[in-house]
Amino acid sequence: MQPYTLNYLQQLEAESIYILREVMAQFEKPALLFSGGKDSITLAYLAKKAFSPAKIPFPFVHIDTGHNFEEALAYRDLLAKEFGITLIVRKVEDTIKKRNLKEATGKFPSRNWLQTFTLLDTIEEFQFDACIGGARRDEEKARAKERVFSVRNDFGQWDPKLQRPELWNIYNGKIHKGENVRVFPISNWTELDVWSYLKAENIPLPSIYFAHEREVIHHQGQLLAVSPFITIDAGDIVEKKIIRYRTVGDMTCTAAVESNATTLDEVVNEIKLTRISERGETRIDDRVTEAAMEDRKKNGYF
Amino acid sequence: MDILRFITAGSVDDGKSTLIGRLLYDSKSILTDQLEAIEKSSKTRGNGEIDLALLTDGLRAEREQGITIDVAYKYFATAKRKFIIADAPGHIQYTRNMITGASNVSLTIILIDARTGLVEQTKRHSIIASLLGIKHVLVAINKIDLVGYNEQVYHSIVSAYQQMADQLGIQSINYIPISALNGDNFIQSSPNTPWYQGKALLPFLEEVEIDDTINLTNGRFQVQYIIRPQTAELPDYRGYAGKIISGIYKKGQQVNILPSGASTTIRKIELAGEEVESAFAPQSVTLLLDTDIDISRGDSIIPADETPQISNEITVLLCWLDEKPLQPFNKYILQHNNKRVLASIKEILYKLDVNSLTEEPTATIQLNDVVKVKIKTAERLVFDSYKQLQGTGAAILIDETSNNTVAAIMIQ
Ligand SMILES: Nc1nc2c(ncn2[C@@H]2O[C@H](COP(=O)(O)OP(=O)(O)OP(=O)(O)O)[C@@H](O)[C@H]2O)c(=O)[nH]1
Ligand SMILES: [Mg+2]
Repeated sequence: MQPYTLNYLQQLEAESIYILREVMAQFEKPALLFSGGKDSITLAYLAKKAFSPAKIPFPFVHIDTGHNFEEALAYRDLLAKEFGITLIVRKVEDTIKKRNLKEATGKFPSRNWLQTFTLLDTIEEFQFDACIGGARRDEEKARAKERVFSVRNDFGQWDPKLQRPELWNIYNGKIHKGENVRVFPISNWTELDVWSYLKAENIPLPSIYFAHEREVIHHQGQLLAVSPFITIDAGDIVEKKIIRYRTVGDMTCTAAVESNATTLDEVVNEIKLTRISERGETRIDDRVTEAAMEDRKKNGYF
Repeated sequence: MDILRFITAGSVDDGKSTLIGRLLYDSKSILTDQLEAIEKSSKTRGNGEIDLALLTDGLRAEREQGITIDVAYKYFATAKRKFIIADAPGHIQYTRNMITGASNVSLTIILIDARTGLVEQTKRHSIIASLLGIKHVLVAINKIDLVGYNEQVYHSIVSAYQQMADQLGIQSINYIPISALNGDNFIQSSPNTPWYQGKALLPFLEEVEIDDTINLTNGRFQVQYIIRPQTAELPDYRGYAGKIISGIYKKGQQVNILPSGASTTIRKIELAGEEVESAFAPQSVTLLLDTDIDISRGDSIIPADETPQISNEITVLLCWLDEKPLQPFNKYILQHNNKRVLASIKEILYKLDVNSLTEEPTATIQLNDVVKVKIKTAERLVFDSYKQLQGTGAAILIDETSNNTVAAIMIQ
């Protein structure tokens, strides 16, 4: 490579660090929404670089649905300790009780929708004015439309028809009291970029991202892990399969991928060849309606 | 692998979204589940044929109305290049969203409906592309199927556009006849247009040479954030974090803090916590200086032999982006990278008439107007002309009461 040029991943990294620093400079109480998935792990490592040698200057918030993969929780706690981060955990379970919310029912009762209540309560509780999230534009068609600094109203709602212009890399995070901004520093990264970066930086991941044996059932062409959170019916065939996860979300709505990839190199190679999108392959909740993500965002979701 | 960032622009319904969908479809870049989803959606919308615009028109309101409202970003790669595509809306009402997308690209595809030729939005988007300094314009004369692949129609649109482009001073232009609906001249040259000798769209985009070289000559850096760990191990650490906008910074280099004018030396450069001897644009770095001087966010750290402009009066070209017109007596917040200062419009020099491309006098500034004005700022800015150095020549105006971004500014 020529001197004084950045490769593509380095360019993305530089842009993301710029955005993270801009958050600290423009807001009083930012927080990073940490799910334990690869995108928020990438964000955590970018934040470490952005503020080094100081500690990451904002807390990590985990909105805990209670339907987690144990490995992701263990990873979360370890990372918080290692990075010296304040970890705030708020449980959807508690919000359900406090607000007397009705849980989803059915075979795969997802708390994805209820998560928003807990998130908005947490923002209110701590008066966060900016929440940093790991959403990427390549993930989903509504996300493809969202700004890097996405202004939300008093109710956390996104109005896709009234987004602020966002020019060059000049970010306008000015808001009125009560409003908040969702900031997406890895907006321009693709899934392959994230995997390639994790590999290039040698970043450790929760073990569920690599091939392992697990009991699963088939559901409309997808593989769902057997867990206490889903209902196994008489007709379900429980099988042991060698699988890995491409995303980490709730156990009730995250499907696994059959794979033998045990290293990041192998995962990157598989991702290069795949013909199915990340969400298409791994999420069962987005299949409900065409505009599921947009609707959730309009309600205050990430 | 290098990257090409481009946007599709042009008037309503000229086929911008369809073009992107077609490009991704014909290059087999649409993932199977996403293709299934748009196939299904096309069916329920009752038009039978697959509507490739649905690939980027992802919002409910867009699908209902069959129009684009806001920019969508798509990422794809071929063996030759990586592409970041922005799909702009054509409606005049959403011009600000087109500008949002256009501010970060190096090539614009301007679509023109072969049946109608140049219309006002074609001109407006071309003006914006030229103001933003977009390096290359590709004019796609679309829906050529609807004029029977007629060569004459193509040529008359080419010459009409070329005439306007000459007036605007757009340098680097190519033309291509296409049908986004049928895929003519997308991957290969179409047998329907034997009279067209140029490249098909995808090979063109893969091969077009764009001068995207980053300026490594003129050092420019603005302080974005000050890192102060204040720990037992690092009680006095004070690092000036920011992005190198242009140029190369080296350890030991003499620098001036502008606009104050204090001078000092770079003691240390850190990149993501690691010390480096030098750093360059567009890296995000941390500079440590020799002497303790009063430096805040928005101050510039500039090599001693460099001379950016310093002034509290600037002449700018401005695109007004807000429904609410400019209030001549109000103050606005001007944001120039990481610096925010109060600003007011001192004088309106002229307004560009979109149709005649002439400079007209005006007393008001309204949504989508392109005007030249003089601005006075409460503090001095350290800048360059947008033409010379985009990174220090661009700014925005923010309305103090609504907090909205109301104008895009290109300093002259
Ligand atoms: N016959 C024909 N129809 C086309 C062609 N390209 C696009 N169309 C049709 O033109 C209509 C508008 O296409 P879109 O791609 O949505 O237009 P657009 O420029 O993205 O529109 P806005 O984003 O709302 O400004 C659709 O019905 C397309 O199917 C073409 O090459 N030939
Ligand atoms: Mg469109």
